[in-house]
Amino acid sequence: MKLVVAIIKPSRLEEVRQALNSLDVHGMTVTEVKGYGRQKGHSEIYRGTEYAVHFLPKLKIEIAVDDAQSDAIVSAIRESAQTGRIGDGKIFVLDLLAVTRIRTGETGAAAL
Amino acid sequence: MTGFKTSKILGTAALASLVLALPAFAQDAAAPAAEAAAEVVATVDKGDTTWMLVSTILVIAMTIPGLALFYGGLVRSKNMLSVLMQVFAAFCMIALLWVIYGYSLAFNGPTEGGISAFIGDLSKLFLAGVTPSTTAATFSAGVEIPELTFVIFQLTFAAITPALIVGAIAERMKFGAVMLFLALWFTFSYLPIAHMVWFSGGYLFGLGAYDFAGGTVVHINAGVAGLVAAVMLGKRAGFMKEPIPPHNLTFTFIGACLLWVGWFGFNAGSNLEATGLAAQATLNTITAPAAAALAWAVAEKFVRGHASLLGAASGAVAGLVAITPAAGFAGTMGAIVLGAVAGLVCLWAVVTLKPMLKYDDALDVFGVHGVGGIVGALGTAVVAAPSLGGFALGDPAAYNIGSQFVTQLIAVVIAIVWSAVVTGVAMLIVKAAFGGARVSESAETDGLDLSSHGERAYN
Repeated sequence: MKLVVAIIKPSRLEEVRQALNSLDVHGMTVTEVKGYGRQKGHSEIYRGTEYAVHFLPKLKIEIAVDDAQSDAIVSAIRESAQTGRIGDGKIFVLDLLAVTRIRTGETGAAAL
Repeated sequence: MTGFKTSKILGTAALASLVLALPAFAQDAAAPAAEAAAEVVATVDKGDTTWMLVSTILVIAMTIPGLALFYGGLVRSKNMLSVLMQVFAAFCMIALLWVIYGYSLAFNGPTEGGISAFIGDLSKLFLAGVTPSTTAATFSAGVEIPELTFVIFQLTFAAITPALIVGAIAERMKFGAVMLFLALWFTFSYLPIAHMVWFSGGYLFGLGAYDFAGGTVVHINAGVAGLVAAVMLGKRAGFMKEPIPPHNLTFTFIGACLLWVGWFGFNAGSNLEATGLAAQATLNTITAPAAAALAWAVAEKFVRGHASLLGAASGAVAGLVAITPAAGFAGTMGAIVLGAVAGLVCLWAVVTLKPMLKYDDALDVFGVHGVGGIVGALGTAVVAAPSLGGFALGDPAAYNIGSQFVTQLIAVVIAIVWSAVVTGVAMLIVKAAFGGARVSESAETDGLDLSSHGERAYN
């Protein structure tokens, strides 16, 4: 099992959700996060004071998947989240050791 | 119009010395017709009274909630309630002090001799002798308004002025220290300056300084106090090191708009009568801030790359401040020019002057009210010129911009020095009384909402 973690632009969430839905991925966790990479930040000016805003708002998506699905999901996210401009985000894939469904107590792939 | 009288010199003016303790309709039935024509019988007009009561309510809305929201949006979310509370509590405290001794010291007493040029007396302590049937003079001979109407209209001016200072000392001062400071400052700076400018025996009134609705009394006075208090209090933790951005410019926008609407009562109400000049003051209170808002925003676009809403809102307030002393003296075009100039000068004050001098006037009370007030007070000498469409008092042909400018300058300098000295002494007293006026470092980090008031604005 893998845990796919993607940092994307907030404006691409709906496209990503639809793309994953068509791959029969029906669950995900989305968190509002802040960060920066090559995009850097921007500056804001309030009256006399200029602030450099280093951390930009992004969304973090986490999806637990079967090993077999992993590659397809990564490319689906990449295609749907891409705008071609700097700041589109990154996708990380981690090995997932165990999963338990709290309601039923199922474990492993059955709990995904 | 023929309404201009020499007694009209001073704006909100307060010919309170002429207050009659008689029913306004008292008539001397024996007076021959010829004498009666010369000696005008005082009357109270219901239209004037209504207008003044409406104006009073408008000015109250400037402070609560207008000014409170304008300031509240500009601070960080952890200090939102502290600013609302300081403005609200200041309003309540000054309202009470005004009826207890403020009105008496500002607008009563002898017109000459002793210290009468600088402060009134306590003859109307606790509003003694002020009843629903006593009256106060307006600018037209024989036209009066109920004295209580004048008392509460002036109460709203007295209340907003200390509240303005809250913006300069925001986010770091002990609540009790704020209140003591504002009480001292109100007593020793607001009351004497209001007396000097608006009371018929006052020193600046006698010089012939023009201040229609309080540019000197309210805005220069509060702006200078803000600067001195901010310097003596010290900078906020993290000032110029970490971002201290406004937490909600939507509130600031609502507050600015409430200030603008309330300012119609402030400026046009200062006419004391519902006349054509009140309409002129209302129009000036639209055009000056409109020009100032656009001037600030356009200049920002060229200098800094963006026309910001905060810039436009700040510009509007700067324009309102600047037109205040000139509201009933400027013509419509003069008001536009005065507003535009104020917008540009105040932008310079907050963008260039403040970083240059490195003081932490948190919400730019000095940059907008102090500087805008000075621009307005001096500019009044220019825009009041009848040759420029203004409504200076007396013979239009005899009006001299240069000599009026000097008079205005004297009034400005006296207000600056007076307010600065009183603020300095008051801050020293407050520091001694409270063992330092600032909250602890950890309280400042946690935010005053939690540390001073035990609550949070947003949960």
